[in-house]
Amino acid sequence: MSNMADAETLRFYPCQELVELVTEYLEDALSPSEHASFESHLAICLGCRNYVDQVRGTVTAIRHVPEDPVAPEARDRLLALFRAWKQGAEEP
Amino acid sequence: MADRGQEPLATEGGASADDLQLLERLRAGDERAFEALIGRYHSALLRLAMMYVPSRAVAEEVVQETWLGVLQGLARFEGRSSLKTWLFRILTNRAKTRGQRESRSVPFADLAAAEATGDEPAVDADRFLPPGHEDAGWWAIYPRAWSGAPEERLLALETREVIDRAIAALPPAQREVITLRDIEGWGSEEVCNILQISETNQRVLLHRARSKVRRALEQYMEEIGV
Repeated sequence: MSNMADAETLRFYPCQELVELVTEYLEDALSPSEHASFESHLAICLGCRNYVDQVRGTVTAIRHVPEDPVAPEARDRLLALFRAWKQGAEEP
Repeated sequence: MADRGQEPLATEGGASADDLQLLERLRAGDERAFEALIGRYHSALLRLAMMYVPSRAVAEEVVQETWLGVLQGLARFEGRSSLKTWLFRILTNRAKTRGQRESRSVPFADLAAAEATGDEPAVDADRFLPPGHEDAGWWAIYPRAWSGAPEERLLALETREVIDRAIAALPPAQREVITLRDIEGWGSEEVCNILQISETNQRVLLHRARSKVRRALEQYMEEIGV
């Protein structure tokens, strides 16, 4: 996408503005020229590269949810519910 | 077609082949199919229900009512939405009704709008060089690279506690969006569809929520010396 924007369409802005565009960047919701501007800032700014990596790391960490299996009692209760429903559904 | 208003629009493409097969088996009374569905969605339904009602016990009741609603609605479900969207729509409707009964709920659209407006910077202004400085708005001190930390650190149980606390402290609409997007792994379209909010609102809520969780993690990483 970034090669669609040439230098004339690049917008230069400070880090404080970049941090507000990170979600749109990661969601691929920036226009091609905004996307290119974002990446051209990243190319020259270690602080923002670290920041974007931190946000990526945050999302990875949030997604890493420990397994939460269904409690056997809950499962048994629901299966009983299913059997009752099935019986009801089969009755004329 | 009579119940068109009850099923969310199938903007994500409707029920998948897998969904349709599962539905077929459920309608035929196949208990294994129901068990598979429980295994796939029960924990997620419970997590979501907890956001609307005051206790786990009530949340469990709401989820049980949801499963009953699913069974009762099976015959009418036409597959215009995915099975998952339908399931969570039933849950949120029941949970909201229950939440209102327990006098806890404000209309979600109002919350979402309120939480997406106003000024809420992702990073505190004092992290940047102040106005008047020749490099105003650039980092005063760079954020640190977390890549120096072992991967396990970010995924450790203690870190999970920091994340869970940060998410629990979020305003409700932000909490709901980040839960669906990043804990449940839903796509943005699915989330907009279920919560009936605009794409833009969804993104702003997600942005604010992720920014706060990042901040909490940054603080924690600094405390433990990463």
